[in-house]
Amino acid sequence: MTTTIRNKSFVVLTCSLLFVLLFGANAWAQNNNTSYVIDAESMHIGTGEILSNGRILVKNGIIEAVGSQSEIEAPNGAIRWGAQVVTPGFIDAHTVVGLAGYLNDPGSDQDQLDRSKAIQPELRALDAYNPEEPLVAHLRNHGVTTIQTGHAPGAIVSGQSLIIKTSAQQAEEALVPESMLTFSLGGVISGAFSKPGTRAKATAMIRQELFKAVDYAKKRADGTLSSTNLGMEALADLLDGRTQALVSVHKAQDILTALRLQKEFGFPMVLDGVAEIYLVLDQVKESGVSVVLHPTMLRATGDAINVSMETAALLAKEGIPFAFQSGYENYVPKTRVVLYEAGVAVNNGLSPRLAVQHLSLYAAQLLGIDQRVGSLEVGKDADLVLFNGDPFEYTTTVEQVMIDGQLMK
Amino acid sequence: MKNRFYLFLLCIPILAWSNSLSAQDEPIAFIGATIYPIEQAPIENGVLIVEDNIITAVGDSRTRIPRGAIINDVSGKVILPGLVDTHSHIGGGDGGDRSSAMHPDVRVMDSFNPLSPSIKKALSGGITTANVMPGSGLLMSGQTIYVKLRPASDVQDMLMCTGEQPEICGGLKMANGTNPIGSGNSPGTRAKSAALVRGLFIEAQNYQQKLLAAQEDATKMPARNLSLETLVEVLEGKRTVHHHTHRHDDVLTAIRLADEFSYDMVLQHVSEAYKVADEIAASGYPSSIITLDSFGGKMEAKDFSNKNGAVLEQAGADVGLHTDDYVTDSRLFLRSAALAVREGMSREGALKAVTLANAKMMRVDDRIGSLKKGKDADLIILSGDPFSVYTHVEQTWIEGQKVWDRANPEDKKVATGGYGVFRLNTHAHTHEGGQ
Repeated sequence: MTTTIRNKSFVVLTCSLLFVLLFGANAWAQNNNTSYVIDAESMHIGTGEILSNGRILVKNGIIEAVGSQSEIEAPNGAIRWGAQVVTPGFIDAHTVVGLAGYLNDPGSDQDQLDRSKAIQPELRALDAYNPEEPLVAHLRNHGVTTIQTGHAPGAIVSGQSLIIKTSAQQAEEALVPESMLTFSLGGVISGAFSKPGTRAKATAMIRQELFKAVDYAKKRADGTLSSTNLGMEALADLLDGRTQALVSVHKAQDILTALRLQKEFGFPMVLDGVAEIYLVLDQVKESGVSVVLHPTMLRATGDAINVSMETAALLAKEGIPFAFQSGYENYVPKTRVVLYEAGVAVNNGLSPRLAVQHLSLYAAQLLGIDQRVGSLEVGKDADLVLFNGDPFEYTTTVEQVMIDGQLMK
Repeated sequence: MKNRFYLFLLCIPILAWSNSLSAQDEPIAFIGATIYPIEQAPIENGVLIVEDNIITAVGDSRTRIPRGAIINDVSGKVILPGLVDTHSHIGGGDGGDRSSAMHPDVRVMDSFNPLSPSIKKALSGGITTANVMPGSGLLMSGQTIYVKLRPASDVQDMLMCTGEQPEICGGLKMANGTNPIGSGNSPGTRAKSAALVRGLFIEAQNYQQKLLAAQEDATKMPARNLSLETLVEVLEGKRTVHHHTHRHDDVLTAIRLADEFSYDMVLQHVSEAYKVADEIAASGYPSSIITLDSFGGKMEAKDFSNKNGAVLEQAGADVGLHTDDYVTDSRLFLRSAALAVREGMSREGALKAVTLANAKMMRVDDRIGSLKKGKDADLIILSGDPFSVYTHVEQTWIEGQKVWDRANPEDKKVATGGYGVFRLNTHAHTHEGGQ
């Protein structure tokens, strides 16, 4: 008799569990299964094309259809959203949020620069990124859906970055968990290091280290390595072209030093900051490197004293590929916002159409993630931003942000 | 006959000289623009007349234009009063040092550089008058200056003095919260900070008594004390305190002290204003606030909000905006106001917050802050709506003289930055622990 009852309880329990699991799973799946129809009077695709009265169908977090409202039928059951302007989700090509936090407390939320050694390529942003950092949500609320975040300028090599969506709940969700190596040259290297004390010293140090890495990479390829060295692994990956160097420089002579280094060792490189790039345009063009341009509102101080707000427009005109960044701020405001930086670039000669492209598809291409994000095209992730007006007007508000088909606000 | 002829000859140079005089005295008429007088509704296709250094008329297209006036056709443009910045560190000046927590005797005037490129930078942002202050790293960092940003080699040629007290041309910078806290001669805690300030004000009250007694008996005149003299000016309501404060409880402490000693005060920054907006409104002290691209940067500003302008306006408090250059750039002052509008402040309130509200806080509103007959001809010509990202400041005028012109390539470079534009480092260095 008791066995039957126990069996019965077991069955009931199991059925309940299954019921809850199925329903729960279904509920979760429902969220991801939700279909959306997003209409916009003006829809920036990210390629430069702007659709009037455009429509996007989103299903399972992916863009299923893009076109005009007249040609795309809104499926039954889909949730409908409308806005004056829609753009692809913005991409911040170089920030430190998540390692650097809003409290600016060195004891607890400032992990963007370790001051023990000037060359530390082995430090991974993956091991430090805090997805719950309020500054990440701040960027997300302003339409930034993907960031390359990690170590700050200020050391010859401060560490690695990662590329992640601002909706991610764990560092493991990164699109690219070990992305660019952050380098600095010139006065940007902080006074935290007694070595290097000069520009020439810094360059000599990194050349020596890269020669060691050439050796290491060769042994690694031959299978004759006796032990693993994390720093050497990271530099060998760079030399093998598996990752890129993101080199922060502002003065013209430091930009040329970076190009010289790149030529000597052949690693893939992206220039970062480059306040004085307008003095060495030909050399940069010839090298073919892309640029993560300094924030438009960067303060004219130190190595960046000759910074111009017109450089974004200039690079666009000269055909030098670039993306926007929020960069690193050591005080107030604790982070910049690429939407705002692009806005002031628009005030200084960059067309709004191009500004959107450099915030989206051009940035995705620079970061190597354009298969998944950067434009409103069929098959890409449904990452997009809804505005109640011209995205760059100071008084316009970001009404809604969608990442992977999920609404963020 | 000969004498009359010689007399006639003498007239020629005199006539020539007086003719050149009248060329300078010719009125200027700005026509065709949308004018924002601030004290009245905007005027489409308006007329603004400037004679010598004063506005003599502001009105619609029917306004009489004096004969011989130079016509500046600014059709399609917008005219605003020259902007007023209640908190700036342009000019590379400094204030008190680490030898003490309080320096009311120190004057930023004695360190201000009139030839600093940051001054032209502010003109390119449309700012014509600024309250230039020492930093906030001390409880009292020194006397500020109210300056017209006209080209000058001597700071004394730039001073804007208050209407009622012509000898007072600035305020007193004070601060509480974390910036003044430190080691050595700095207070170690907030309570200590307040006690030090109260102690010095009481010393000033004692000094004030001695000065009054000396009016009866000259032999009782105390020795001159620069610090206490300045605080007596504050106690007598002649010199305004500009009080840097962020956290809501620090804001209330600043109000408590001002109430105790009955001095005139402008609350500066007030990052958490929205948390105590009703109390601020009830206190009667005006607030000078900032808009920023993100919150945080330090603990006491972690809850900073760009909604402060809207909340204070709705609570009925007086509110103005500032750049705190270099924390935000003088060239982006109108942008600051636009951000306040985005977060709910009225357009009128935001326009007032960069003009008349600030002039009132600095007690120089008898002369500036609005486009009105009799006021200084300080004005800016904009290419479009003041709050649009597409708008540029095109011309900046101070007292009837054009002092900055975007059409001039040398001037335009200051608006955008570029090679050699800011040869000097334009930032104040002694911000001792932060701004």
